[in-house]
Amino acid sequence: MEKTTLDIQKIRKDFPILSRTVNGQPLVYLDNAATSQTPKQVIDVIVDYYSGYNANIHRGVHTLSQEATDKYEGARLKIQQHFNAKLSHEIIFTAGTTHGINLVANGFSSLLKKGDEIIVSALEHHSNIVPWQMLCERTGAILKVIPMNLEGALEMSEYHHLLSDKTKLVFCNHVSNALGTVNPIKEIISAAHKVGAAVLIDGAQAAPHIKADVQALDVDFYVVSAHKMCGPTGVGMLYGKEEWLQKLPPYQGGGEMIAEVTFAKTTYADLPHKFEAGTPNICGGIAFGAALDYMNQLGFEAIAAYENELLEYATEQLLTIDDLKIYGTAPKKTSVISFNIKGIHPYDIGSILDKLGIAVRTGHHCAQPIMDFYGIPGTVRASLSFYNTKEEIDILVAGVKRAISMLS
Amino acid sequence: MMTIKDIQAEIVDEFSMFDDWMQRYEYMIDLGKSLPLIDAQYKTDDNIIKGCQSKVWVHAELTGDKLSFTADSDAIITKGIIAILIRVFSDQHPKDIIAADTNFIDEIGLKEHLSPTRANGLVSMVKQLKLYAIAYQTQLK
Repeated sequence: MEKTTLDIQKIRKDFPILSRTVNGQPLVYLDNAATSQTPKQVIDVIVDYYSGYNANIHRGVHTLSQEATDKYEGARLKIQQHFNAKLSHEIIFTAGTTHGINLVANGFSSLLKKGDEIIVSALEHHSNIVPWQMLCERTGAILKVIPMNLEGALEMSEYHHLLSDKTKLVFCNHVSNALGTVNPIKEIISAAHKVGAAVLIDGAQAAPHIKADVQALDVDFYVVSAHKMCGPTGVGMLYGKEEWLQKLPPYQGGGEMIAEVTFAKTTYADLPHKFEAGTPNICGGIAFGAALDYMNQLGFEAIAAYENELLEYATEQLLTIDDLKIYGTAPKKTSVISFNIKGIHPYDIGSILDKLGIAVRTGHHCAQPIMDFYGIPGTVRASLSFYNTKEEIDILVAGVKRAISMLS
Repeated sequence: MMTIKDIQAEIVDEFSMFDDWMQRYEYMIDLGKSLPLIDAQYKTDDNIIKGCQSKVWVHAELTGDKLSFTADSDAIITKGIIAILIRVFSDQHPKDIIAADTNFIDEIGLKEHLSPTRANGLVSMVKQLKLYAIAYQTQLK
């Protein structure tokens, strides 16, 4: 196994929260797929904003407003560069992935008609299912599902069968939050484009591990949340190809998004402001940019290589436990391990682990269709990040064994 | 007959013997394992308490002016919590169940289960038991 080039002990010092205790034990934070922790480099940016140049942006003539606007728009450029968007106004600041998805789903209400088909994958988070169901209810479009197999990978041959000239939209996550499966989105996108359908990729779970290049992917929409990638909560990004963003009507009305308002008619602002009604999460946007700086300075290749090393180690160690079953064994996956112990409810395991200072997620992970597929109430999910260590995995394995001995 | 307060005091007393969380949890797990089985006919979807990460079924029955509960869960720690609640609230008059507080949960070191974010839904369980009490209280009037 290759040794990482990252200095993990030094990196851990960047994250103040990692030195706290929980229930008298050192925190072992393995719930990174729910939210990642925040390095002091990002926390400092948040503090600097509120202590140095907090002001409303885009409108003020005063210095603070100018400084805040420069930083906020600077963050947009960082995001553009990170995801390799062609144009900066193709980057829309959102409140997060769910907001981005709803913005697009809402916009398509006026573009779809009865009998149109939209395709969603069986591996989706509820946030990438429900908005499309609501869209179908509004428009009379029909929702089709790409099935999954026992490994937790999509049945791509079925996907190709589902595509037709009726298909108008395809939605899929880049990485499954419940299982960690990396989906073949390039193939999904190019096949959809052959029938003239647009594609939205939910990149929430991929963004902390994989640097997506939206131009190389030729994706129409890509959405992420900052808080999954060392940034703050309540802010995210919607990337949309310029032609699509121009076609979609605004999502919310308000300040910022207008060009001219009279009581007779309002003309909308140009991109990206058309989709950014109201005062945005200014500090959050700036901190999102700082989070990207932080992760890029470590390097996404080095991060992915180390997380893969952790994933292999954790998989190997967890499988030494009798009656432990891992859900999601697709060949390409990120550092997420969903598992159950035969005869024990995941909630019970999670409760004991919490008492031992180990944070994991238990339950259906907002992906009930996946749990129904496996016929289980939920799983215990350990999701690893670049600041986790093999020692922490050993603590998890020992914790699971202890929970089993208490619960059996 | 013991009042709800008496039973709660008795439970607090029992839990005070434990030195750490492990002993408390082991005791709860034992309580969960010894919870009498609910009659299969009551383990229906209608009797599932919403808001729990694990499944919880509760059935209520009025005998005379006393309300009794039987319940089950697919998670053992949750079952232990139910066992404690049933011991406190079963065979009591509905008006006493409605009036009772659940501060003893905090006192026995299970405070974390009272948090509304806690998906085991202890809060939902207590609410459900009280709703049954309210329904049967109306019937008694």
